[in-house]
Amino acid sequence: MAEKENILELKNVVFSFHTYGGEVQAVRDVSFEVRKGEILGIVGESGCGKSVTAQCIMRLNPEPPGFFKGGEILFNGQDVLKMNQKELRKMRGQDIGFVFQDPMTSLNPTMRVGAQIEEVFVGRKDISKKEVKEKTLEIMKLVGISDVEKRYRQYPHELSGGMKQRVMIAIALVSRPSLIICDEPTTSLDVTIEAQILDLLLELREKLGTSIIMITHDLGVIARLCDRVVVMYGGKIVERGTVQDIFYKTAHPYTKGLMESIAKLDTAKGEKLKPIEGTPPDLFSPPKGCPFAARCEYAMDVCHEYPPEEYMLTEEHESACWLQHEYAPETELKRPVIGKKGEVD
Amino acid sequence: MAELNRDMFVIRGKDTARMESISRPSLSFWSDAWRRLRKNKSAIIGMLIVVIYAILAIFAPMVSGYTQSQMDAQARNEFISAAHWLGTDSMGRDMWTRIWMGARVSLSIGLISAVLNACVGAVIGGLCGYYGGKLDMIVMRIVDLLYGIPSLIITILVMMVLGKGVAPLIVAMCVVGWIGTCRFVRGEVYRLKEQEFVMAAKVMGIPDFVIIIRHIIPNIMGMLVTNLCMAIPGAIFQEAFLSYIGLGITPPDCSWGVICKEGIQFLRYYPHEILVPGFFICTTMLALNLLGNGLRDAVDPKLRGTD
Amino acid sequence: MLKYILKRVVAAILTILVLITVVFFLVRLMPGEPFTSAKLTPEVAENMRAYYGFDKPLIVQYIQYMGNLLQGDFGYSMKYTNRTVNDIIGETFPFSADLGIRALVLAVSIGLVLGIISARNRGKKIDFFCVIVAVLGTSIPDFIMGAVLQYFFGIEWGLLPVARYDGIEYTILPACALAFGTLASVSRIMRASMLEVTSQDYIKTARSKGVSDLRITVKHQIRNAIMPVMTIMGPTVASVLTGTFVIESIFAIPGMGKYYVESVSNNDYSMVLGMTVFYGIFLVLCNLIVDILYGVADPRVRIGER
Repeated sequence: MAEKENILELKNVVFSFHTYGGEVQAVRDVSFEVRKGEILGIVGESGCGKSVTAQCIMRLNPEPPGFFKGGEILFNGQDVLKMNQKELRKMRGQDIGFVFQDPMTSLNPTMRVGAQIEEVFVGRKDISKKEVKEKTLEIMKLVGISDVEKRYRQYPHELSGGMKQRVMIAIALVSRPSLIICDEPTTSLDVTIEAQILDLLLELREKLGTSIIMITHDLGVIARLCDRVVVMYGGKIVERGTVQDIFYKTAHPYTKGLMESIAKLDTAKGEKLKPIEGTPPDLFSPPKGCPFAARCEYAMDVCHEYPPEEYMLTEEHESACWLQHEYAPETELKRPVIGKKGEVD
Repeated sequence: MAELNRDMFVIRGKDTARMESISRPSLSFWSDAWRRLRKNKSAIIGMLIVVIYAILAIFAPMVSGYTQSQMDAQARNEFISAAHWLGTDSMGRDMWTRIWMGARVSLSIGLISAVLNACVGAVIGGLCGYYGGKLDMIVMRIVDLLYGIPSLIITILVMMVLGKGVAPLIVAMCVVGWIGTCRFVRGEVYRLKEQEFVMAAKVMGIPDFVIIIRHIIPNIMGMLVTNLCMAIPGAIFQEAFLSYIGLGITPPDCSWGVICKEGIQFLRYYPHEILVPGFFICTTMLALNLLGNGLRDAVDPKLRGTD
Repeated sequence: MLKYILKRVVAAILTILVLITVVFFLVRLMPGEPFTSAKLTPEVAENMRAYYGFDKPLIVQYIQYMGNLLQGDFGYSMKYTNRTVNDIIGETFPFSADLGIRALVLAVSIGLVLGIISARNRGKKIDFFCVIVAVLGTSIPDFIMGAVLQYFFGIEWGLLPVARYDGIEYTILPACALAFGTLASVSRIMRASMLEVTSQDYIKTARSKGVSDLRITVKHQIRNAIMPVMTIMGPTVASVLTGTFVIESIFAIPGMGKYYVESVSNNDYSMVLGMTVFYGIFLVLCNLIVDILYGVADPRVRIGER
């Protein structure tokens, strides 16, 4: 694959929350990068740290109680963690857009839709009111809102769920940012609306060349949309690779479990879906070994004792699982390894 | 990781023991609430003050050596002294004795009327919420009507009809006092009724009264107790207010409102006659408010620190 | 919107009707005959009963009273025989209104500011201070607050006049005493409401748009947080009003509250009836105005109630 420029790079990010019960480590040493024009999927079950990771990128997690314990987040080469308020605000409004999970509660009920989209431009002196309105109406048309002049003056509660999510996307897009982060944008919508919204995102990528981070627990969405995938579990990345790698050369038991737990077209009649038993680890006191070990059907003694090393299967495909170790027995998940992370370049 | 060896790489599979080991020790609702309440310093201080005042109200008048109406013409308007711990009033009566005798009346009126209001409100609200229908509609119309009228005015009028004294006071405070609890209980019951665990119980054919006792009441008990605790200072204030404007308790009987009413006439020259009973009223209400806040945080951690 | 207003107006009229009826019959139920004083000969008493219409059946009296009310006649006083309730209201209401409005403005403005400051600095010292003010405010009855203010500022330090109502400096103490409790409840509710709003998703949306903190507080938080405060404005006006009963007595202000309390203790039933009805109508109208304003402020209420 041709080397593409990274628009965003996360390096060893650790993010925790102070709570009454102690420190919760929501993001534990996460690194990945997003390239220009690509759609990166982040997948995992509830509570695995996907949303927190995404919000770290824009520093949207409340700090305090949240705080960064380490790492770097480089957006266009600049470290987000070292930005001052002014730089952060500029980045949030103009360079990165964020689409939230629940459009029902993510719009201010007492503000007109148009004004909420236009708010992105508040404080920018280089652009006139008229231009702002033009841009707003244009983006509303682009995201498929009909009768824009009327919608512009409406309040959120007058719109349907799908329409609200379009408004959310319009807010994220109106300043033509180079990156959009979508945090489960379709979870609370009907399946038909979901399909429309996903198509819209693909279309926007084509038209505007925007990079997208797509956070979801739905592998269907990943398959349909993404170029590369990051699989998260217990605040860590357990596997990453291209969509083909993840779906056809699965190299982590958790990813395998995720895929077995969803219905596919070729699932035979009468064949049972296999849920992953148990619950994700408590991030108050994460286990010292692999976070997935307790629920893993391939678990070995080593898994409970040491955190797994990260193995490179190809330049793009990585798995953090002891099954890839040379001592590990042959399983359907064991793939040829080209090296450990950091040892190959 | 030199100590890695091949023995460690044998597939053992899922570890069901560890899989669910994450659950922290589970506590029952009330012991959990009690644990949280204990940690809340201001609530504990509030509780201590309430307990101390209650004990003083019961025993202090017995050991003071005076009675509440015993006058001493030689010792009128005296300031705090060894003979009269909190001084005397304009008729030479011992303030310490009067304040704790007044506390008996004020505290019990506050407690009784708050409990009565809570019971009436909870029963009516519960019935309305659980059964709905016509009853609910009629009661809610009445509640809405009464809600629009300031309760104190209604209470004043009812007091004028019923005459003065403790019993009329409690009845008058109850005429409109149940409305708040009624609204709250109705809302809660209505919400609970729609929830899956109650639905499930209904589908299983469990009779209504069992559902109410097993599922509904335990779920609103916490908030009900909190509401009750917050209602007591309100009731104490109402008693003081009514007695203060000449309704409610009237001399020679004594309550905190009566003592204040008598004391304020001498504000200019003998300020302790109003400021001392005022201090006890304020600290009682403060203590009950603190305790109420603590209880609310304890039974509903979601609301912690939002108010 | 029109439908919403119309609904409220109808409800308000109904409430007023019920209120008048309840008050009327309650007052008639009160014990004691008004003309049994020993000074009156039986004939005079009889004449007076006839004059005031007490010899007629209750229902006729009721209809008569309603008719009079419609013409704006609130009745008469039995104690001050040559004066009507209208006279007394006209004379005393301006004082009460002046005091009440001062107290209300003071309470709401300071209460909102304290609530906002407190919520924005949650957990810090200033928040702690505001919470203490709020708890004290709800724990100190207004007559005690009045007495304390009067004693320290008026008598002990001689800074401000202690009684009557002859100029701006006379209004300060009673207005503060009256405002304190209300101020506390406004700031509590505003603080709770601000914190509630702060955790809403749309605040995060606003932050993701790069909106400044100040603008988020003003445009998103306060605008939404103020709604619950508006819903308690009705009860707030009512509590200020009942507060005037004692505050006016303490500070010797010739307002309606003082008169009302005097009528209550004098058993001047017709005066109590007239003034209570006036208070009732006044409060229902206040509630109506608040309801309509609420509808204007919250678009969700305006278009089809939820």
